[in-house]
Amino acid sequence: MGRPSRRREDPRLLRGEGRYVDDIDLRHQLHASFVRSPHAHARVISIDASAALERPGVRAVFTGADLVGEIGQAPMVWHPKDTEVLVPDSWPLLRDRVACVGAAVALVLADRRYEAEDAAEAVEVGYELLPVSAHPLEALADDAPLVHPEFGTNVCFETSMGGGDLDAGFAEADVILERTIVNHRIAAVPIEPRGALAEPRGDRVALWTSTQNPHLARTYITRQLGWDEDRLRVIVPDVGGGFGCKANVYGEETLVCWCAAKLGRPVKWIESRSENLISTNHGRAQTDEVRIGARSDGTITALQIRVIADLGAYHLMFTPFIPATTAVVASGCYAIPALRTDTVGVFTNTFSIDAIRGAGRPEGAHIIELMIEQVAAELELDPVEIRRRNFIPKEDFPAQMPHGPVYDSGDYHGSLDVLLEHLDLEGFRRDQAEARERGVYRGVGFATYMEACGIAPSKIAGPSGNGLDFSMWESAVVRVGTDGAVTVQTGVCPAGQGHETTFAQLVADRVGTDPSRVKVVWGDTDAIPNGMGTAGSRSIAVGGEAAALAADRVVAKARQIVAEVLEASPEDVELADGRFAVRGSPDRSMTLTEVARAAYITDEMPEEFEPGLEASCFFDPPGFVHPFGAHAAIVEVDTETGRIEILRYVAVDDCGKVINPTLAAGQVHGGIVQAIGQALLEKIEFGPDGQPLTTSLLDYALPTAAELPDLELDRTETPSPVNSLGAKGIGEAGTIAGTPAMVNAVTDALRPLGVEFINMPLSPQAVLEALRDGARDAAPSAS
Amino acid sequence: MKPPVFDYHDPETVEEALDLLAEHGDEGKLLAGGQSLVPLLNFRLARPENLIDLNRLGSLTGIRREHGSLQIGAMTRQSTMEHSALVAENWPLLTEALSYVAHAQIRNRGTIGGSVAHADPAAELPVAFSALDSRVRVRSARAERTIEISDLFVTHLTTTLEPDELLVGIEVDPVPERTGHAFVEFARRHGDFALGGAAVLLTLDSSGSCERAAIALLGAAPIPVRATDAEQALVGAAIDEKAIAAAADAAIADISPTGDIHGSAEYRRDLCRVMVRRAIAAANRRAKGEPEPESSNGVID
Ligand SMILES: Cc1cc2nc3c(=O)[nH]c(=O)nc-3n(C[C@H](O)[C@H](O)[C@H](O)COP(=O)(O)OP(=O)(O)OC[C@H]3O[C@@H](n4cnc5c(N)ncnc54)[C@H](O)[C@@H]3O)c2cc1C
Repeated sequence: MGRPSRRREDPRLLRGEGRYVDDIDLRHQLHASFVRSPHAHARVISIDASAALERPGVRAVFTGADLVGEIGQAPMVWHPKDTEVLVPDSWPLLRDRVACVGAAVALVLADRRYEAEDAAEAVEVGYELLPVSAHPLEALADDAPLVHPEFGTNVCFETSMGGGDLDAGFAEADVILERTIVNHRIAAVPIEPRGALAEPRGDRVALWTSTQNPHLARTYITRQLGWDEDRLRVIVPDVGGGFGCKANVYGEETLVCWCAAKLGRPVKWIESRSENLISTNHGRAQTDEVRIGARSDGTITALQIRVIADLGAYHLMFTPFIPATTAVVASGCYAIPALRTDTVGVFTNTFSIDAIRGAGRPEGAHIIELMIEQVAAELELDPVEIRRRNFIPKEDFPAQMPHGPVYDSGDYHGSLDVLLEHLDLEGFRRDQAEARERGVYRGVGFATYMEACGIAPSKIAGPSGNGLDFSMWESAVVRVGTDGAVTVQTGVCPAGQGHETTFAQLVADRVGTDPSRVKVVWGDTDAIPNGMGTAGSRSIAVGGEAAALAADRVVAKARQIVAEVLEASPEDVELADGRFAVRGSPDRSMTLTEVARAAYITDEMPEEFEPGLEASCFFDPPGFVHPFGAHAAIVEVDTETGRIEILRYVAVDDCGKVINPTLAAGQVHGGIVQAIGQALLEKIEFGPDGQPLTTSLLDYALPTAAELPDLELDRTETPSPVNSLGAKGIGEAGTIAGTPAMVNAVTDALRPLGVEFINMPLSPQAVLEALRDGARDAAPSAS
Repeated sequence: MKPPVFDYHDPETVEEALDLLAEHGDEGKLLAGGQSLVPLLNFRLARPENLIDLNRLGSLTGIRREHGSLQIGAMTRQSTMEHSALVAENWPLLTEALSYVAHAQIRNRGTIGGSVAHADPAAELPVAFSALDSRVRVRSARAERTIEISDLFVTHLTTTLEPDELLVGIEVDPVPERTGHAFVEFARRHGDFALGGAAVLLTLDSSGSCERAAIALLGAAPIPVRATDAEQALVGAAIDEKAIAAAADAAIADISPTGDIHGSAEYRRDLCRVMVRRAIAAANRRAKGEPEPESSNGVID
């Protein structure tokens, strides 16, 4: 553990030998194409498929009416505990009424993809338009059009989380600031869009799908179809990115299974890029009204947040849960004695919000990290110093927070110290002052973040769902074969992160062999006992720990075998440097390969010996893990065009013990880039009529290498006490820290020009408008 | 999405292509590099019944100087012109403009003629050709004619080409001595269509005053536009900060760009002013043979 190494999966992927869903073609397969609503809210009056059915190659057209009695409601909505949530009717093909653009109303099956697309266009759907609420703030107005008229309200749920005496906190404050922070809607944009291929196999169906969650997919789909779970086998081939949007299971996946079973032919659906931008879940979409109080020395005394969460029209698996997690991390790294977050989930006539990398925590970090610098500016305090004054001290861990959570471990000063070593803040401040003289505006922005991940502790995170309950443990099997080669089966499921490399490394270390001798298997419900997939930075902290504990059980049995063969007591057998040796007599030892042989060729073993060398483990940790770190961005703003150039980006992250530093850095890289994308470029936009305006990658602008600086990364290492690895999650750190660092940097650059606060995305136009407003506010009034 | 159904033709001679065009007229669409047309087909925004592929017409490719003028075949790839020493030495405005067009892979396929015929007001080449007072050569089965670039563009994605006409080439006259050029634009990402920009050619007399000015605006209107008021304001003047600012103000006085989610009309107008200012300053510097500044906005890498 802890050694850098190249990713084992890369040679295969780089040579084009990866196998994604769309690379799999089966004899006699049909291609599916969906007819989707072009309207944000409409009654479906009629669907006429006769012209489509006459087109060449078309085998079937299904509409919502065909699913009655065949496919049930989407079975699960994971929502905040003890909170009542309104759950609108939702089927894979909607009937009667559609409440967002992109909702599917019909499905065409044809011999070829082209034929299916052409025929889908020929399906005539009659719509009667209904009024639209496209924006959450408008949807909350008294007379707003109702997204789901049957509820009589657009408020889906309200929930609160808090602790401490808020009134006393604000009474103590010397300064109280209020800001409305917008965390706009984004898309996950995996390079491989979603896709699914279902094959009938006798009574069963095999489904290849691009998902983060094979076992949940099996449960979800069979529940919806009213099948026994075992009727469906879910197989996950290579996945080209998930970023949360493939943690969901979608109606398209259920439908291909149903069609395959019904028609007795394989059915394939591959999402187009536009479908991916329109009808795969979006994320963030919060408007956060924030009030913060502080004493003049910068000590925060109270924090109050109202999260107005746009949910879209329908619930996907986790929709109501996502914004509610913002409250968990609302106070960030700081010991804030009183805080309260009230969250209101609002239906709008837009596509669903759900998990995207960070899923509620980037929003929380964005709020507190913007506010701490707002307070610093107001009190003319140094943004580093104000953080230090409020950090939860290292000695306080595990830290019980007033609003409930217990943070496992942390050293917030430690990561900030390392960041500052890299940054040369004094040098930058000199450069900044000198550049201003020349009319060049540069700024530095910080984000010292803390997050909660490793989703598990079932007691806390286990879903309180609608029609589907499960817990969030993780499972693994470690098997040593007759030749000493090791197989790890894991219930987590990579979408490109490199689990093949890291799981081999961590298990090899535990059993005393080389990683090259360890094979990692995942993503097949017939081959893997069970699992909860990859999401919420849980793979290593929960799935990796399950594998490590299973490996420990294998080692325990190996020691018994060694004791038997070498005639020692098992307690005296030690594993070191790849050898199981008897304590005190190092010449008496066995390698794992020798142990394996003895485990399967048992003539030397006593009669009661159970052959074989394998173990399984289900792991459910006692608590979340809480990674943290300190990021800083240095930017230059062209005050004439609004262009933002990132001059430096420095990140120091602490995810506890690291399995493979190269892969951990890769995760941080990707996360920061997604955050920079959100801060500067990416935004899912709707017109007032609920029409999506960003339906291609021309309009939904992802950052490219040309827009990015070299990222300077470092780490500190504060182990977690909640697992034996000491590991925390690193998958989402970058998206959590990145947006506030960027916004704070731009605000710092423009503050001398009167800009106090600016919201994302920091488009060139937004920058110039902020400058204009800043200049107006700063100008002496004319009268 | 996938393109709608169409018939595909791949003529081997220009004459054949012209006959096909004459036959299919409105129902036919020419396929050059496909970098604009194919996305339109895939989104089903264009639904031609016939696609006439120009890629086998070798006679439409090439860059030559004839009687001092530059002759560019319509099917010349953008990357070919980008790397042409002849163009870089004599018409560097075009080389600079191309550096902003899309990405290398797209320039390898995209053609000069396709970019002009497509008539996107945010495309760089039509603007650069406007500043250079270029002409396009056009053929049909009926006739052959030359169109001044100022008469070519009608509005967004629309030209005065008849449905049966093929753009065969572009002619650019030589640039006078003591001329400085600049193509300046601002796009949100490298290779994106710009939010605004300007192409400027300034010819100075021996005393350093402006003898001739050409200023063409990118993304300022539904077609590339020449800022004639600004050009006139510069002629005869010494190019100093005041003159530049006045010209930039004049350049945007009458424009009304189209706003969208990437930038409002107002933003784009303001941006054009900045772009014109920076382009005039750069062209002036180059006309005088002054060294290039190290970095346009003081970035230290
Ligand atoms: C991601 C991306 C980014 C891009 N960014 C930019 C950019 O920043 N700036 C920019 O300028 N361009 C950009 N482009 C467009 C690119 O430059 C295209 O190559 C160009 O606009 C069209 O050239 P083409 O040869 O590909 O034409 P095609 O796409 O083949 O054709 C375009 C149109 O012109 C017509 N046409 C083509 N040739 C002729 C002819 N000889 N006579 C008559 N009509 C003809 C076609 O019928 C069609 O209507 C981008 C393209 C992509 C895909």
